[in-house]
Amino acid sequence: MAAPNVRTSSFSRNISVVSSSPQIPGLKCGPNGTTFISTGIRDLDRILGGGYPLGSLVMVMEDPEAPHHMDLLRTFMSQGLVNNHPLLYASPSKDPRGFLGTLPNPGSSKEDKPTAPDLDQGESLRIAWQYRKYMENQKSSIDDYSNDFDMRKPLERQFLAGRPIDCVSLLDSSDLSVAQDHCATFLSKFPRLNSSNIASIGRIAIQSFCSPLCEYSDKESDMLSFIRLLKSMLMVSNAVAIVTFPPSMLSPSSSTRLQHMADTLLSIKAIPDGDKELEKLLTGYKDINGFLNIHKVARINTQVPVIPEAKTFSMSLKKRRFLALECLNQAPVDGSSGTSYGTSGSCSGSSKSGALDF
Amino acid sequence: MDRSVNLLDLALGFDEPSPLRGKVVLIEDCVETSGSFVLHQMMKRVLSPHSSDSLIFLAFARPFSHYDRVLRKLGCNLATQKTNNRLVFVDMLMMQCSDNESGVAKLFREIQGTVGKLRSVTNSNITVMVDDMSLLEIAAANSNSDHVLDFLHYCHTLTSESNCSVVTLNHEDIYSSMERPAYLLQMVCLADIVIKAEPLASGLANDVHGQLTVVNKGMISSKSGKGSSRNKLQNFQFRIKENGIEYFYPGCSRN
Repeated sequence: MAAPNVRTSSFSRNISVVSSSPQIPGLKCGPNGTTFISTGIRDLDRILGGGYPLGSLVMVMEDPEAPHHMDLLRTFMSQGLVNNHPLLYASPSKDPRGFLGTLPNPGSSKEDKPTAPDLDQGESLRIAWQYRKYMENQKSSIDDYSNDFDMRKPLERQFLAGRPIDCVSLLDSSDLSVAQDHCATFLSKFPRLNSSNIASIGRIAIQSFCSPLCEYSDKESDMLSFIRLLKSMLMVSNAVAIVTFPPSMLSPSSSTRLQHMADTLLSIKAIPDGDKELEKLLTGYKDINGFLNIHKVARINTQVPVIPEAKTFSMSLKKRRFLALECLNQAPVDGSSGTSYGTSGSCSGSSKSGALDF
Repeated sequence: MDRSVNLLDLALGFDEPSPLRGKVVLIEDCVETSGSFVLHQMMKRVLSPHSSDSLIFLAFARPFSHYDRVLRKLGCNLATQKTNNRLVFVDMLMMQCSDNESGVAKLFREIQGTVGKLRSVTNSNITVMVDDMSLLEIAAANSNSDHVLDFLHYCHTLTSESNCSVVTLNHEDIYSSMERPAYLLQMVCLADIVIKAEPLASGLANDVHGQLTVVNKGMISSKSGKGSSRNKLQNFQFRIKENGIEYFYPGCSRN
């Protein structure tokens, strides 16, 4: 009998949105003395139990057929810029600064929501009085922890000008020592002295770490050593690093090593084009851009694993602008076809089986 | 003090005194299911107030603060044990070896020195624990798995000469995909007890976090009176909580 909530002990923790210091927006207290920062995607924050904890290493396994790991990087970086967290960005491109122009701007996805009734019209809409408080909560979507990002609008200049952004090109040198020095210098600005007093926090985003464009891409032991040192430095800093890599470019054992080093491990899966079987199984197939798999969730200062509500989520754009992650919904079963319970592996995590509840 | 013996303790032979003396224990895990909780349990047993055993802990994966918090919830205060000299915590997070020589020989000499110092003070069991052999390979052995095996052989000499126990955790799925299956086999061969943590065949679940398979070679049952030795293989499931682990056979509630 599975419990609906993840309970680590008989006490349920009160996770409140409290900024530990008035100068640093975008922090939230987590369990076991950890502090979360937002991923930039509200749904992902909720799925991971709050966000990315400070001191953790997030690894994202890319799918060569889908560019959606860039969306994870973009929202992460934009959220950091909106919250004024210093940023270090590295990528295998000659001009990494150009990527900053593709970052999304905060927007509100709940602006013109027709279903949320005004309080004045409470009489015309017959809601029982005890449910009115839930309707009110939907309005308060503005807080300084996380934002909804409008993927079609570029980030406004006020968030880019004068912000501490360090861009490093991984093509510059033949080995990783330059990148390692940059990371070490960056992380030395956010030492973790004790968990209660946080002076400042930083974000590191590294894109396509093992890209074959880089000269070091055949030296797997160097790459593993770099990630290991990055993780060790992170554990004693108040920062989060997100590293994306294409597992097909590495040997299986090196890819598994990187997966073990990650605190939070995600992967992107492309949606096959025009797959008739999948189209029959899922609702909203046409809106889905790709799948996001949650393999591991960070457990710092605790031995209890975090079990997410599902392993696979669909990535789609709401109103073609706002990223949303949803549990996979099984389409209503066509009684005549007879293949009612044959779900593919990726759909096995579906929890919203409303269509099948007889 | 909690003296109830759970399934893991029985499989390891903890119902007798000093069950790990002179033994090598290998914990295997994979990406889906982490075996670090077994390490925590063994740390707690070694540092329990009922024994006077000592622990040398080489930390490659997590800093002291993490282990301190985890063990505190399990009822063991690592900071106190450090001051009592029952725990020697070696932080290997930033260790790097130079290109030419392998760091495992140097690492072993340090361990040997520490064991010698502890031996001069106490006569009870000393346990050497490594929390991640694959990170040791990257840090100290320049990604050369032969050197890691050498290191294990060096530590094995400690078990016979100084009556120490060695406990290591290895990520089995890294090596099972390599072209060298012999590496894993050699590690399993060297170990007296192998504890393997795997996910359930049915996938993720909130109330059962995985299954453990324990192979205890040459477990001697003293209850029969004649000391008959036999291999014991046990398989059971577990659920991890903040303050302990529940072990149970599939389909049963906890024992």
